Amino acid sequence: MHAGTDGGIPMVEIKALHKSFGELKVLQGVDLAVAPGEVVVIIGPSGSGKSTLLNCINLLESFEAGTVRVAGEWIGYMPGSGGARVKQPENHINRMRTHIGMVFQQFNLFPHMTALENIIEAPIQVLDLPRDKAVARAEALLAKVGLSAKAGAYPGELSGGQQQRVAIARSLAMEPNLMLFDEVTSALDPELVGEVLAVLRQLASDGMTMLLVTHEMGFARDVADRVVFMDGGVIVEQGAPAEIFGNPRNDRTRAFLRRLQTH
Amino acid sequence: MDFQWSLFLESLPFLAQGAVVTAQLTVISFVIGLVLGTLGGLARVSKNPVIAGLAVFYVTLMRGVPLLVTLTFLYYGLPSAGIQLSAFTVGILALALTNGAYVTEIVRAGIQSIEPGQMRAARSLGMSYGRAMRRIILPQALRRVLPPLTNEFITLLKNTSLVSTIALTDLLRVGLEIMTWKANTFSPFAGVALFYLCMTLPMQWVNQWVESKYRIR
Repeated sequence: MHAGTDGGIPMVEIKALHKSFGELKVLQGVDLAVAPGEVVVIIGPSGSGKSTLLNCINLLESFEAGTVRVAGEWIGYMPGSGGARVKQPENHINRMRTHIGMVFQQFNLFPHMTALENIIEAPIQVLDLPRDKAVARAEALLAKVGLSAKAGAYPGELSGGQQQRVAIARSLAMEPNLMLFDEVTSALDPELVGEVLAVLRQLASDGMTMLLVTHEMGFARDVADRVVFMDGGVIVEQGAPAEIFGNPRNDRTRAFLRRLQTH
Repeated sequence: MDFQWSLFLESLPFLAQGAVVTAQLTVISFVIGLVLGTLGGLARVSKNPVIAGLAVFYVTLMRGVPLLVTLTFLYYGLPSAGIQLSAFTVGILALALTNGAYVTEIVRAGIQSIEPGQMRAARSLGMSYGRAMRRIILPQALRRVLPPLTNEFITLLKNTSLVSTIALTDLLRVGLEIMTWKANTFSPFAGVALFYLCMTLPMQWVNQWVESKYRIR
């Protein structure tokens, strides 16, 4: 048994998840549970369905079959009588998303707002937080990601690493229970990767439940409680970083890790 | 050439009265057209096929029929259906409906030019589709559609001259009347052209001002 299924309600519980883009079957029966406070890193070749899996957890992508639960609540669909799927109302997923932070490869900061405005936007608009409280929260988060001096800067005036740190702060401002990171360092210049990884390490040591798709194997080895290897739309192998990186049992995992080492 | 300074200057006060009508027609139908076009643009990108289809029908119809035909149809056609509208109302109606169709396409293109990641980020923060549109997508789209909207405003201003065919005393109509009355073409029409030109200038200033105000850094 993995940590995700030991006692209490898992933060994330995915069962038999299937997802296609037209003819292309991207997820072909994924089961995954993540315990509160756990840091799970998903690795695998491109096209293996890693990012799609993350997107299903907050329903940015819908899925055809299977179930997703976050903190015990159904995401998108709940099982009805006789195996039918009942679609959850729109406001339910909107509410659930406030508990699920997401950070994207391309940052996706709002370019017409300053760093501070980016961070306070959703707390004010969605959580109805008073402006002064939202600003105080945003300033604390900017300090946490080392960008207090950039509160008034527009995204276009920031480096990629700075933008990504603001994007992380923007997600954290909703005080989520779960954070999803979708290849958040892949669009960065190599010298800017470290500053973002440092923020992620800090977040992990704070006890945040995190699901990360990444190609940073060193980071995965250091920070992950569990590494999940995906290929062909299924989870091929999972375990502690030392197991997966040191002694992978599956041939596909071995082949993937070997390919990485030759680079 | 029959240009006379005296006649030119004499016609200016009369032309100014016509210019007021032209300005009213332009501003009122532009504002209505903006509302129609924003709703139309939102409908065009809607996932609901009925709503999107209605918007396509509206745009196809209003863009495909010449404004002069729409004006004539509404002015002479509606009374036969028992609907009696003033020439001014008909003018506003035809201009706003036509302008709204063009603005619909401008707004649609503006919305679609915003990276999909913006909507995804907004939704991931718990915003509803409507709130994400209003707070995140439309403010960015507005900045991008300002130049084509300015174009559209100027086109609309000049297209108002077509209402002279339905007994509205706009700028062009006043010029035509002076021409007939004084048997002189150049003098009043130099004034008419000058008025139209001067009326497009403020819109260019407004455009420059709004663009600099909402510049994305």
